[in-house]
This record gives sequence, structure tokens and C-alpha cells, in this order.
Amino acid sequence: MTMTAKLGMAIARRLGASCVSLIFVVVAVFFITSALPGDVAQSLLGQAATSDSVAALRHSLRLDQPVILRFASWAGGLLRGDFGVSLVSHQSVMSMVHERLIHSLLLAGITTLFAVPMALALGTLSAIFRNTIFDRAVSLLTLCVVSVPEFLVATLAVLVFAVQLHLLPALASISDIHSIGSFLAAFSMPVATLGCVIVGQMARMTRAVMVNVLSSSWVEMAVLKGVSPTAIILRHVLPNVIAPLFNVMALSLSYLLGGVVIVESVFHYPGIASLMVDSVASRDIPLVQTCALIFCAAYLLLTTLADIVALFSTQERTRA
Amino acid sequence: MLNRRNMIKQGTRMVAASMCATRPWLGVARAADGRETTTGPVEAGQWGTQPRTGGHVRAASTSGSLSDTLDPARQSMATDYLRGNMFYDGLVALDETLTPRPALAQSIESSDFQTWHIQLRSGVCFHDGAPLTSADVVYSILRHKDPALGSQVHYQAMAMHAVRADGPLGVVIELAAPNIAFPSVLGLTNFAIIRDGTTRFETANGTGPFTCAVFQPGVRSVALRNTNFWNPGGVWVDSLELISISDDMARHNALLSGDVDIIAAVDPRLVALVRKRNIAVMESPTGTYTNLAIRQDVGPGENADFVQAMKLLFNREQMRNSIYLGFCRAGNDQPLPPEHRFCNTDLPQTVYDPDKARFLLKKNGFLNQSLPPLICSPAANGSVEMAVLLQNAAQNIGLRLDVRRMPADGYWSQSWMRFPMGFGNVNPRASADMTFALSFASTAPWNEAHWRDPRFDQLLVLSRQEPDETRRHALYNDMQAMIHAGSGVCIPSFITSLDGFHPRIQGLHPHQGGQLMGYNFARHIWVNDQPASAKTGGQ
Repeated sequence: MTMTAKLGMAIARRLGASCVSLIFVVVAVFFITSALPGDVAQSLLGQAATSDSVAALRHSLRLDQPVILRFASWAGGLLRGDFGVSLVSHQSVMSMVHERLIHSLLLAGITTLFAVPMALALGTLSAIFRNTIFDRAVSLLTLCVVSVPEFLVATLAVLVFAVQLHLLPALASISDIHSIGSFLAAFSMPVATLGCVIVGQMARMTRAVMVNVLSSSWVEMAVLKGVSPTAIILRHVLPNVIAPLFNVMALSLSYLLGGVVIVESVFHYPGIASLMVDSVASRDIPLVQTCALIFCAAYLLLTTLADIVALFSTQERTRA
Repeated sequence: MLNRRNMIKQGTRMVAASMCATRPWLGVARAADGRETTTGPVEAGQWGTQPRTGGHVRAASTSGSLSDTLDPARQSMATDYLRGNMFYDGLVALDETLTPRPALAQSIESSDFQTWHIQLRSGVCFHDGAPLTSADVVYSILRHKDPALGSQVHYQAMAMHAVRADGPLGVVIELAAPNIAFPSVLGLTNFAIIRDGTTRFETANGTGPFTCAVFQPGVRSVALRNTNFWNPGGVWVDSLELISISDDMARHNALLSGDVDIIAAVDPRLVALVRKRNIAVMESPTGTYTNLAIRQDVGPGENADFVQAMKLLFNREQMRNSIYLGFCRAGNDQPLPPEHRFCNTDLPQTVYDPDKARFLLKKNGFLNQSLPPLICSPAANGSVEMAVLLQNAAQNIGLRLDVRRMPADGYWSQSWMRFPMGFGNVNPRASADMTFALSFASTAPWNEAHWRDPRFDQLLVLSRQEPDETRRHALYNDMQAMIHAGSGVCIPSFITSLDGFHPRIQGLHPHQGGQLMGYNFARHIWVNDQPASAKTGGQ
């Protein structure tokens, strides 16, 4: 079997495993949500509920059917590409998710654009100048921002830049963005807050991976042979750290979609994470399912991508 | 005896008179000359006293989620009420003392208080241009009877036996039983009038002071002034954006930074800080209360002495100071707040008396018994703190009470009214009658204590047929005394609603019906911007 065929097989296996995970998550989320106390009928009626009105609403929403049947009809729709209709708003789930997903991807994208280069640069420089004042300063700083919870970072940022200095708006109102200036103003604090969390984490991991490789005997040999530091980093070290680096990035970035609910609520940013929290609170199962599906798919996509990069990079090295 | 036929009609004149007295901004000159006179150039010294059209306002409320809805039947959260009142009108509007005033109904009359004749205002149009007719009203009310709709006022609608049109502007409502307080029911936000046949609510088609430009559940809604509004003195600002920020800190920060002009629900702890920054905080004496309900059909509550002892263990003074930081009024274990026009102010105030409580408990052997836990939750405002204070007070007299804190999520459906001793939170009802009928009558669906007193039920029926207000007040007084003495519902305080707003916002004033003028601030406010910028705004 040729190398390429082997690689193809490996990738196919990874994709297959991802699909199995996806199916497992969908089934698990459905049954866990169904096991939550209360349902959408009770949540809609709230304090105004009487047993008769709950029963009638339950019947009209077909919640009185067995769980298995409801799952089957939802899964059947999914196979036809139909994500169902929200039990709360009676709108199609896809139309509700669509806009929120775009907002989330926008925030995640901008954060990635800033965070990844910064984290890589900080991590690599710390590794090169390890055990210097610079390294220790970066290490201390990243440790600090990683350990401070993001709601504190966000609230402090709002307090300083919006309430005290009146430089930036306290809310990231996406509807008010009409110019590059208002775009920057609206996004700077959410992006900075998210950046704090993931830059710290990624920079520390990058440093660890880099240090590991830099202290290996073959790098020492290259140094002894007189190869320039730039060439060592770019030609010898980088290809060897690409796989673990991609893994680090995949883990950090997957967080940007589903894990940012605090940032969304502090800045009143209409993203998909708060949509999911809402939908769980109101027991809107089709919406919960779709959000879970999106988060899971994004996570699997990123980790699978990292795995494929790892496969390619090892193959390159074996060939070399 | 007062002639009921003219009661609400008189109300029309009364409301005009009282508006002149308490709100000079709805002055006679304005009513006579129309809108234009007030929008002309105004001297700088007059800003703030005279309402004017124009301006954009951003307001932030507390709760918002994808369950936000424009369907009046399903509105259940504060944000829904605030939004609904921008786009819709009811037949009746409740004023700041919760007295029903005519809105879309020009008059509501009944000779036997069972068959009510409603005459609609003529010349009212929906936002789509269609005129308001009796068919719209019949549709709007009857739809609440469909259980599949999930209406918040299904129970109240079921008390209406028949609703039918009587000519293009006349509606007849027949009740199952006479009820003189019925007009208040029509003042509920959920009974807002929508266009006949409306089944979809992506946007709002009402008769209200604003038209709906944007509605995104859980995100925001934008309202534009309805230039065709039937009430010429009923709306001032050009546009209003309503968002909801559930995170307390974020909401206050948005107000302090000027991102929003108005917020609902200021945290009592932050009132001083907000005021220091030249932002006003309005205190509304609402009838909202957090109560402990001791069920009287099961557990220790079956013993009247136990219930009495628990009421004596509430240290109301301490709760007022430590939980609400003074922003509440004393409760007296009956559901009408001291400001309510039908409140029984002659009842002796229940006070903290641990000795008497200990005596009662010891006499009945409760001191050595294991008791069911106190169920509390952040869902019921202040209940966790109350439970802990109560537990502490009980400990001091040798009574062991456990506190079980439930998550806010699902509290109303899973825990409320399901345990022998649990906390609830009740918003002010539209009338004293509704308070009694929904929460204290033997058959009331929300009778939290399962308190049953046939004499109370008789008084309720009598009060519903008593046209003389003084005599009705006397009946209500007796009913409150019975609740105070007998019911297992302990009401230690009424929570004062706090709303924050920038000085540019004018026209807000306290309302007993709830936060932000009984959720109806949008049509009352106007903007007092600097004259230079204001001149360009007020066309």
C-alpha cells in the first residue's frame, strides 16, 4: 500500500470516528434533556400553569408522546435536512440558529485572528529566551490571565473603559455597527476578554512544546554545526511542533463557539452559546439538539483537522 | 347608591381631572390645541416641565430569552409586558393606583355585573390601517379559552361565559357569575386587543402608541412612534429600543456608561452608587411580595398554632434592613400592600415575638419534632435570605428548621406549592378581587397554603355584587382580616420596585402595578435633551 493510500485510510478512519461521536452526542443530549425536570409546556405557562392547561398545551405540542417516538420523528427530520421547529417560538430552528451562528463565528473569527499569532509569538519567544526575565514575565502574565475568571476580566474592562473613561460602549450591540470605528469599539472588549483566556493558555502550551523540542539532542547538534537560530526554528523545530500546536489551537478555538456564554451575556452579544442556554432553560428540545449538534460538529471538525495535520506532518518527516 | 351605568364614564372625566392635577404635562392647552403647540420652540427654562415629541430612548429590562413573544396571550415576563404595552392597547388601562380607566373601550356598563356592555372608541386603527371593530375584540378575548394556546389568562377567560359582538363597536361579555371588579380583568396586559384572525406574531399589529420595527426574541425590539395613534396626548418619543440584560452587573454598567437611558430592577445595594452619579432611581410601591406558604392540608401547618408561631418568627424589621436594604414596606400577612386603596390598615401588625412563638410551639410539642424543610430558591426574590433568617430565629428558640435551596431553573413547575413549607413570589394583581379569587379562595388554582374557609368564599361572592364602594371596602377588610389570622401564607414585606434612568428621561412616575410604571412607561416618557440638539429632533 502506498503512503498516500495509507494516509487516505487514516483520514477516513478519523472522519468515521467523528461521525460516530456526533451520533452518540445527539442521542445522549436528547435523552439527558428529556430527563430534565419540567418540560416546555410548564416553562411556557410558568406560574400561571394549572394541571389542565399544562396537559392541553402538552398535547398540542405533542409532548405527551413517548420519548422514543419524539426522538424518532426529530431524527427522521434531521436525515432529510430538517432541524425541526422550535417548540417555544414556532419558528424553524434553522432560521433561529442561522443569525446567531453568524454572530458567534464572527466573534470567534476575529478573536482567532488576534489570539493565534499573538500566542504563537509569545510562546515561541519565551521558548527561545527561556529562563530570561522576558520568559518569566510572560509566564507570570499568562498565568495571571488564565487564572482570573473571564467574567471578572469582562466586568473590570467595562468598568474602566465604559463606565469610568467612556471610551468604549458597555454593550457590544451588533445592530449599532455602521462604521469601522463602531465595529472596533463594539468588538474590542469582547475580543480582548476572550483573547485573555485563550492567548494565555495557547502561549503556555506553545512554550512547553517548543522547549521540549529545543532541548532535544538534534537541535543541540544543529547549534554545534553552526546553523543560524532562525533556520533552526523555521526549518527544524517548526515542522516538528506543528502537530501538537494544532492540537493546542483546536482545543482553544473550539471553546470560542460554545464556551463564551459569559462574554455573550456581559456584553449582550447575541451569539449561539446564550441561545443554547436559553433553549435549555425553556426546555426547547429541538433547539437544544441543534445547538449541541453545532458545538459538537465544530469541536470534531477542529480536532479532526488537527489530527489530519498531524498525520501529514509525520508523513512528511518519514519521507524526509 | 352609585349608578354603575355611569361609573366608568365618570372615570373618563375623573382621569382627565386627575391628570391636570398631578401631571401638568397633559395640560388643557395641549388637549385643546393638539400636538403641534407643544413641539414648537420652547424656552430653555421650560425644558423638563413640558413634554415634547422626538428623541430616541434605549431601555434595558431584566429577563429576556427566546421565549420572548409578541403574542399577548403568552406574555409572562417583565420584558414581554413592557414590549406588549408599546404595541397593543387593552380595553381598559390601570392607572397608578390600579383603578381601571377607559382605553379602547369608551364605556363599560352593566346593570347586574354579570352581563357587561362594552362600547368601543370609534376611529381607532390597527397599525396595518384596519379599523378596530367588535370582531377584533371578540377574537382577542375568546382565543384565551383555547387551552392549546397556552394563554397566561386561560383561567380568567374561562370565567367569561360568552363574548359576542353587538354591532360594529359594541361587545357583550356574559360572565359565569356577577363580578363588579370585572373591568380590572380587562386591564391585564394579556387581554390586549389584536386584529381579528391573527395567528402569527413575528411582528405586532396592534392599536398601540408604537409600531413594531424590529423584534428579535432574546435580543432586542425597536418601536417607532405611531403617528396614527388614537390618543393624541399618549406618546412622545420617536423611537424606543428595548433590550434585556439579565446579568445584573452588565445592566447597571450599561446605565452608568450611558449605553442605555433606562434600566428596570436596580439592585438595592447599588442605589446609592447610581444616585451619586446623577442618575435617578424611581421607587414604586408595588404589591409584589415574597411569601412563605405553609400548607394547611398536610404536615405541621394543619395545626393553627404552628402557623401562628411561624408568622411570629418573621423578624420583619431585620428582613427589611438586611434583605431589601429598606426598599420594601412592612407586610402584615395579608396580600394588599399598605398603599392599596382597599388595604385594611386597622389590622394589628404582626411583630417578631419569639417568646410567644416558643410558647405556642412548645404547647403543641413541635420543639422536639423533625419538621419538613423550608423550600426556597433564587427564583423567588429574597426567599433564600428569608429562609436563613427564619432558620436562625427558630434556632434561637430551640426549633430546628432545615433550609433547602432549589435552583431557579424549573422552580415554579417543580417545587412551588409542592412542599409543606415553601416560598413563592407573587406579582401585584390587577385588583383586590383578583388577589382574593386567584390566591386565597378555596377553589383558587394558586391557593398556595391550601387554606379553606367557606366564610371567606361567601364574602368573595358578596363583594362581587356590592356596588357601594364603602361597603365593598368593608367586606374586603373582613377578608383581609381572615387571611391575616387564618391563612398559612406569611407575607413579611412588599418589595419596592426600583428603576434607574438618566435625567434626560422625563415623565416617569411610580405605579403600583409594577416596574417602569406598571410595565407601561413607553407611552408616558419624553426626552429632555439639550435645547440645541433637541430643536433638530422635534419636528
